[in-house]
Amino acid sequence: MSEVSVMDASVEVSKGAPNDINDRILELTELVISARSGTELVPLVDGLSLSLNRGETLCIAGESGSGKSMTSLAVMGLLPKPAVRITGGAINFDGRDLTQASERHMRHVRGNRIAMIFQEPMTSLNPVLTIGRQLIEAIQAHSSLGNREARQKAIEALNSVRIPQAEQRLKQHPHELSGGMRQRVMIAMALALEPDILIADEPTTALDVTVQGEVLELLRDLQKTHGTSIVLITHDMGVVAEMADRVVIMQKGRLVEQGDVADIFARPSHDYTKQLLAAVPRLGDGMRKAALQPTKVEEKEVLLEVDDLCVQFDIKGGFFGKTTHHVHAVNGVSFEIRDRETFSLVGESGCGKSTIAKALTGLVPSSGSVHLKQTTRDASGLVAATKHRDIQMIFQDPYASLDPRMRVGDLVSEPMLIHKIGTAEERKARTAELFERVGLHTNQMENYPHEFSGGQRQRICIARALALRPKLIIADESVAALDVSVQARVLALLKELQEEFGIAYLFISHDMAVVENISDRVAVMYMGQIVEMGSREQVFSNPQHPYTKKLIAAVPIPDPSQRRQEFSRLSDEIKSPVYKVGQLPHRVPLLSLGNGHFVSGDDFDSVSQHVAA
Amino acid sequence: MPAYIFRRLFQAALILIGVSFITFALLYLLPADPVRQIAGRSATAQTVENIRQQLGLDQPFVVQYWRYLTSLLQGDLGRSYLQKSEVTELIAARLPASLLLMVAAIGCELVIGLTMGIVAALRRGSITDQSLMVVSFVGVSAPQFVVALLMLYFFSVRLSWFPIGGYGTWQHLVLPAVSLGIMGAGWYSRMMRSSMIDVLRQDFIRTAQAKGLAARKILIGHALPNAILPIIAMIGIDIGLFMGGIVVIESVFGWPGIGQLAWQAIQRVDIPIIMGVTLVSACAIVIGNLLADMITPFIDPRIKLR
Repeated sequence: MSEVSVMDASVEVSKGAPNDINDRILELTELVISARSGTELVPLVDGLSLSLNRGETLCIAGESGSGKSMTSLAVMGLLPKPAVRITGGAINFDGRDLTQASERHMRHVRGNRIAMIFQEPMTSLNPVLTIGRQLIEAIQAHSSLGNREARQKAIEALNSVRIPQAEQRLKQHPHELSGGMRQRVMIAMALALEPDILIADEPTTALDVTVQGEVLELLRDLQKTHGTSIVLITHDMGVVAEMADRVVIMQKGRLVEQGDVADIFARPSHDYTKQLLAAVPRLGDGMRKAALQPTKVEEKEVLLEVDDLCVQFDIKGGFFGKTTHHVHAVNGVSFEIRDRETFSLVGESGCGKSTIAKALTGLVPSSGSVHLKQTTRDASGLVAATKHRDIQMIFQDPYASLDPRMRVGDLVSEPMLIHKIGTAEERKARTAELFERVGLHTNQMENYPHEFSGGQRQRICIARALALRPKLIIADESVAALDVSVQARVLALLKELQEEFGIAYLFISHDMAVVENISDRVAVMYMGQIVEMGSREQVFSNPQHPYTKKLIAAVPIPDPSQRRQEFSRLSDEIKSPVYKVGQLPHRVPLLSLGNGHFVSGDDFDSVSQHVAA
Repeated sequence: MPAYIFRRLFQAALILIGVSFITFALLYLLPADPVRQIAGRSATAQTVENIRQQLGLDQPFVVQYWRYLTSLLQGDLGRSYLQKSEVTELIAARLPASLLLMVAAIGCELVIGLTMGIVAALRRGSITDQSLMVVSFVGVSAPQFVVALLMLYFFSVRLSWFPIGGYGTWQHLVLPAVSLGIMGAGWYSRMMRSSMIDVLRQDFIRTAQAKGLAARKILIGHALPNAILPIIAMIGIDIGLFMGGIVVIESVFGWPGIGQLAWQAIQRVDIPIIMGVTLVSACAIVIGNLLADMITPFIDPRIKLR
């Protein structure tokens, strides 16, 4: 159905362009998508024209609000009507304008001719139905296959996305699979019917970086075998460089630039494209910058000393609800953070990095000792008041971490109120000062959180964290939810504030490039333990542990000339740190390599097994 | 699973003992004197005293309760003061009628409530949605005896579609079941509407649409099993509400169930019957909840019973 058509002589006549009309499978002309807001129609996508050729990968890149997801939903006929709808232009597919097509025709197109996979593999599959049922249903929706044949086809589809034990998987429910596995099921479902076009909307954004590489490679392989055209929607320029043949850059509903991937990266012509590419964090940037202005790490005093920190959660079961298993989320972690230093914890989801943050602030019970300059706390917590004053947190989701019913000025001054600092006048003055310092206007203090953008909200969270003049700020994935350009500005602000107020950061992130850019020292975590720790130069230029090497290798590089032919593949899913009561996880001692560079011993079974490619 | 059921049943036994104690204590504190009811107004003080001794009602509360509890544990609910027969037999004779009424009422609730809820969710914000929600509001807020009497007046007296009262054919069942179910239907339609709206917004519904499935298949195969989960837990709790409802409804329609039995017993302070009916109701509530909790893992595999 979707074989690459043989180019005929006319191609050469038309200036050798690959965009030959016969090859063109999807074409959007002057597409306008509008949302109703009161009586007005606000355009979300404004006059978008683009085309997709057979067997090609077109990346639509842009930041949030650029209209890239709306465009893909419009092609599928899945816009959230009546609030959002197409108000102009045409979508030509297979000789037909999809904006005028009947629902019946669209149903035939969806899944069968144009398939789609979504960002969130955790929520995109129906939790109460088996994988098999969901796959077979998709196959039978567009074919007259009987149950047995459809089942066979489902197994083949799972095999093609390299899911082991496909037959058993059919009986499983989505919650029994990891995120990466679920995304592969989504891909299997989308490709089972060999559609002409696959639209992938941020397919790897919610996945860990090592899994991301695998899913991208899978898409590339499947494209080769089936000749499917892929529309890949992403905000990640690394993914664009890795995957795209052609790129379309969108901003605020308009196309600002399009072209061949090499051209876009090498010679961006539009200002926005240039800004976007400049904002992308790249591995090595941090070290290049640091080389220009050397810092003296040794002189700094130790601010926070964490020794043998353990956090475990109980899993209850049995007749009397006794504890049967423990989740060893953090297992004997020791590290120190010095004054004015940025110390990063990096690792994939479930490695225990966020649990450390919670343990340090006393949000989860823990054992081991934590010394914060002059104050000590045992498992039960430091002297409560000083602890909360000296350690502050900035969370991941700036939308969820501000109370929507409070004015932002009150949110920022609340910590001072709780700790009974200053008079009402003084607090107000301090709040105003903080607002200006983080780049907001003092006249915005009376507004509510929903009136701000994501980046502005994160600035409010930073102002709130600064209110008590803390010694340490824990930033838990604090820039992960932000667009790259906003992310770059927030990171710059954090750096400035560090210089100015002498704060130390515990920076928790899954993003190797961001960590490389901001950190002085880095610890890599795996299954509740630190496997490698050292200065940024040591960890990134001279990684010793195989897991660290894997993580670094998996980061997509925003440069199409460095495109990898093959991603390193993981042999196994990441294991969960769940153990029976009485059974203790194996602890791996860190060996010193000198100059503060530590790496875990080779006997870390699970790691070496996991990493063995 | 067996361990889970065993533990729940063990809890149930404790609950039932607690219920028996509270009911017994309340009846003891009641100013009405059961002996006066039995002996009649003209009885002499001596007769009254004799009866009191015979029934053991002259004993202190603790002794009375202990006697009751020990015979209860042997499956003996005692003898009715006035009807001169075993409470167990009286209840056994009337329980099937009540169960039938209850099952029919749950059916009404579900059919009316879920349909209204689904239609309202699918046509969210429309006139249909708004009028359905007004209807459900009336259903929730109208007292059951008013609904029952209005139904009787229109459908039996004026239209003669159904018999005025009694027991025997399916026609007899319709009005009591609908009157009993109408309040629950109001609740369910609201719950189903919000649950359905919630589910229809989920990512997996969009996935199902992207597969090219027909709207009907998405509704029945994908949305409904997810949306119905909170409703199932609700049915378990509902059985408790029904127990209050059947006292009223059975009396209005002359339905020979345990509700009517309870009503008569309350009027005459027939303590063993009141105790018996209360305990049977408590049993029904406990079992209803247990069943509801046991059904959910079959619909949602993420729920594990332990």
